[in-house]
Amino acid sequence: MIQLTNNVIDYTALTESVRSNAAGAVVLFLGTVREMTAGRQTRALDYEAFPQMAEAKLEELLVEARHKWPIVDAAITHRLGRLELGDVSVAVAVSTPHRQQAFEAGRFLIDRLKEVVPIWKKEIWADGSTEWVHPAVETVKGETVKGETAKAEN
Amino acid sequence: MNITVQLFAKARDLAGAERVELDLPDSGRVADLKQSLAKRFPQMSPLISSLLVAIGTDYADDRTIIEQDAVVSCFPPVSGG
Repeated sequence: MIQLTNNVIDYTALTESVRSNAAGAVVLFLGTVREMTAGRQTRALDYEAFPQMAEAKLEELLVEARHKWPIVDAAITHRLGRLELGDVSVAVAVSTPHRQQAFEAGRFLIDRLKEVVPIWKKEIWADGSTEWVHPAVETVKGETVKGETAKAEN
Repeated sequence: MNITVQLFAKARDLAGAERVELDLPDSGRVADLKQSLAKRFPQMSPLISSLLVAIGTDYADDRTIIEQDAVVSCFPPVSGG
């Protein structure tokens, strides 16, 4: 199951939703809002999505993962809107017969999500300035510090 | 032909609009669209080389032909997670 939400992610419920007697392993990944990035202090992050496409791409990722691993069940929820320090921005839960498959599938899902799902975050820095996190763009502009910032964000 | 393009994140902020109308040659390609965007919004130029383009909910590449009734979206590299 995939979901975009403006509400707090109930990752306990999400984890429970993929549990099964057919599974011997459940892996949960949480992305959380970090305070410090390359020496700069974050106050909050604003997330936005192209919702129809983000949902379509998330579904595609689950289908792709099911082709690669014997997934019993998998669920991804991504939060949108204003997130404060420590808030959970994304949760990925996967259950499989054995642990290696669960770790690999979970890793695949979050890694690919960050590459292909049209969701963006904007840094609200503690000094009040704001900045979209667009990794490749910053590199193109040759702004090394921002490039590193963007990478560190991953 | 006239097409409407929806913009997201920094692309939208730089253009100052969520939707823009662009005039493209018939059977124009994604590359033409990018050129047209850069011309209309010079402030978007630094974004153009990394700009992602979707038709409907699928990514398109520079050679993809844009049909008259296509739902076209443009945005910078994604940064979810």
